[in-house]
Amino acid sequence: MLKTSVEDKVDARGDVILDIRDLATHFPMRNATVHAVDGVSLKLRRGKTTCVVGESGSGKSVTARSVLQIVDAPGRIVGGTIALRTGGGEVDIATLHPRSRAIRAIRGRDIAMIFQEPMSSLSPVHTIGNQIIESIRLHEKVTKAEARARAIELLAQVEIREPEKAIDQYTFEFSGGMRQRAMIAMALSCNPQVLIADEPTTALDVTTQAEILDLMRSLQEKHDMAIMFITHDMGVVAEIADDVVVMRHGKVVETGEVNEIFANPRHAYTRRLLESVVKLEQRAEIKRPEAEVLAEQTDPILSVKNVSVVFPLRGPKRKGPARGFRAVNDVSFDLRRGESLGIVGESGSGKTTLGRVLASVLSPSEGGIRFHENGGAGGDVGQLEGEALRNYRRQVRMVFQDPHGSLNPRMTVGQIVAEPLLNNGIARGDALRDRVYDLLEQVGLPAAVAERYPHAFSGGQRQRICIARAIALEPRVVICDEATSALDVSIRSQVLDLLIRLQERLDLSFVFIAHDIGVVRYFCDRVAVMRKGEIVEMGPASQVCDNPQHPYTKALISAVPHPDPTARSMHLRHRYEDAGVS
Amino acid sequence: MLLRYFIRRLLWMIPFLFVVSIVVFALIQAPPGDFLTTYVAKMAESNEGIDQATLERMREQYGLDRSLPVQYWKWISGLAVGDFGQSFEWNQSAWSVIKSRLPLTLVLMLSTFIFAWGVALPIGIYSAVRKYTVGDYVVTFFGFLGLATPNFLLALVVLYLGVRFFGVHMGGLFSDEYEGEPWSLAKVIDLYKHLWIGILVLGTAILASLIRIMRANLLDELSKPYVTTARAKGMAEWKLILKYPVRIALNPFISIIGIYFPALISGAVVTAVVLGYPTLGPLMLQSLLAQDMHLAGGILMIMCSLTVVGMLISDILLALLDPRVRYD
Repeated sequence: MLKTSVEDKVDARGDVILDIRDLATHFPMRNATVHAVDGVSLKLRRGKTTCVVGESGSGKSVTARSVLQIVDAPGRIVGGTIALRTGGGEVDIATLHPRSRAIRAIRGRDIAMIFQEPMSSLSPVHTIGNQIIESIRLHEKVTKAEARARAIELLAQVEIREPEKAIDQYTFEFSGGMRQRAMIAMALSCNPQVLIADEPTTALDVTTQAEILDLMRSLQEKHDMAIMFITHDMGVVAEIADDVVVMRHGKVVETGEVNEIFANPRHAYTRRLLESVVKLEQRAEIKRPEAEVLAEQTDPILSVKNVSVVFPLRGPKRKGPARGFRAVNDVSFDLRRGESLGIVGESGSGKTTLGRVLASVLSPSEGGIRFHENGGAGGDVGQLEGEALRNYRRQVRMVFQDPHGSLNPRMTVGQIVAEPLLNNGIARGDALRDRVYDLLEQVGLPAAVAERYPHAFSGGQRQRICIARAIALEPRVVICDEATSALDVSIRSQVLDLLIRLQERLDLSFVFIAHDIGVVRYFCDRVAVMRKGEIVEMGPASQVCDNPQHPYTKALISAVPHPDPTARSMHLRHRYEDAGVS
Repeated sequence: MLLRYFIRRLLWMIPFLFVVSIVVFALIQAPPGDFLTTYVAKMAESNEGIDQATLERMREQYGLDRSLPVQYWKWISGLAVGDFGQSFEWNQSAWSVIKSRLPLTLVLMLSTFIFAWGVALPIGIYSAVRKYTVGDYVVTFFGFLGLATPNFLLALVVLYLGVRFFGVHMGGLFSDEYEGEPWSLAKVIDLYKHLWIGILVLGTAILASLIRIMRANLLDELSKPYVTTARAKGMAEWKLILKYPVRIALNPFISIIGIYFPALISGAVVTAVVLGYPTLGPLMLQSLLAQDMHLAGGILMIMCSLTVVGMLISDILLALLDPRVRYD
């Protein structure tokens, strides 16, 4: 398919439906003004998808919200124009008051928006139907019955099964994918000409993401909509974009046609962004070759035998034998010394529960774990008590997903890192201080940060602090539960490289829980794929990622979008039990 | 579904009230002595001797010579069929004493309740939506002032102002001409002419905390993504605030009904004394001092029942309001 670049299209005015020029949105704070969007220009074309990419803090979301004048206080559009060219002529949205009738008429009718969190973006106490009907009746004079009929039709359009029933259901009765479908149905209720999607698939599993992207594409063709798709995922960009806008620090660094951007990125930042994405497509260069690690056949440090975790079901119907939800079902594997074992799976697969069992936060309902501390047969972790249990917990540490939530905001970085050392009576006084400085240095932070509080640091730096805390007691095993999921892609590889170096230096074994195949391929030697509490496939990382055997793994891997727009493959993906229809 | 829930909750009240009755009985018996020892002491104060034989007769008559379990059993088996027993001090059935005061107590309580919730709701919404504005600071200031001022002090001040500037005594519940008259519209109006002071005094005490609860809840909700979604649909600002975040922020505001219900009765004792209200509060205090076992026990049981009913009402309101509660 031949495409001309955006610049060439400028003259074809009929094609451009939204024309943003020199947009500036500022947040006046007490001490300074944050220039969240600082002179952004971009165009949306009818029937085309424009992807706005950038890392956190690049201003992509604020740009999207500025278009609808729904920037959170105290943010305000301070300059530029947002020309909306509809059949009725041209309106400059930037000049409209955020509370005015004129902008309210545009919201939802001409420009609709969908958001990242399908969970919290819909009201939990109103039915789906109520919320869709409302948005129809806001803009069109139709009776409730007519609006309801249309809402059912919309739900059918977004492929929700039994729309007549779904319309009277609440969001908490829907899965994440269903909610996002309902959200899209709501956005499409008045046939908008522009759809703004702010990271609409980021919170979803890859197979669900693929379904939603499919849906958006087919609806776009049907309605000839312009889509502004905000994302940080270059894979998604490559899969769906016509035009790409790369943003950084509130400014557009590069604009162009998708193949052009991927093939010949002109700006250094775009190149760097693509490099860090491509880097995560293969095994880390600084790691020893996979075959070498696997050939070593080191002794296991943890043996997991037939572990199951059953959560008892609540509710009034508790007749008959005790039933429960099997979060983890008969899982067995060995974690060898010095290896990185990846555990991948979609939400609800039981991977986090398994991680918590390994960390002895949760006891397995069946089966057991043996910890071979000194190479011997090792004891059953479930039987450990007192000092032995404390020892186990010193040897097996965790790093969590959310670096914001897992650091106490009222403790300094130094206190946070020192805490495990103090709790276990390892060091005090000057020795403690030196140890903390040493740990911070090991994770690439200057000793001076010890005096500061977590809020002063970026996500990547905070995750380094979490890692410093995890290795403070010189553990043998570190369990990383989605430890890099909340980080930007360029930071992600840095943190992974840090973990790899620490592994070499400290003879660590990692259990790396992730939903992202990319980071697992980059970081792990072996991979276990989990589905509904069971391990469906396990093997060397290269084999599982590149030549999966189990149909579920095939479906999972093929739903991952690759950062290559010339080889769009998502529509060719494998499907497993129609797992994606959610 | 809701009906079954309702019935189940009602049935749960029975064992709960049974346990409460034991606690109540034990508490009343806890101080040394009984009604008669208090009675004798009182008599002695006024130099009226009482001979041992009369005392024994009274002790037998009131059943105070029996063991505690027997006394309890007599009381609780009476309660089960609606017999509250005899009030020693009033020399009539405890229920008839309570009955004379219960309606007005309920009227005062419910009026205060409606006043406090009705005023706190809009103010709470206002001060959340306009947070850190002058208006927010002003209502917050007066709210806290009301919270910090002791009720009886406020009552005294209001009474003083009434006498000083209007030359009327605003205590009591009725003007002299309506005292003892049959009920009529005019009498109801007259009642509220007096009652508003009590409502105001009792209401201001809880107003501030209610406003803060509503404000804090709503502030949490206002920044939720579903509010942005509603805004992006093109809804008018006030309309969407009332439909979405306010609706969800109401939950804690309603669940606190159950907590304030009993506080409104028992907490009103001092205020009722100051204002001269013939409500249950002062009566309970008096009966406890006199160790008038059946009367005190009866009042406490009624209060506990009201608490349970308050909780039930708030739970049912919650279930009606929030489908997540219903489906749980």
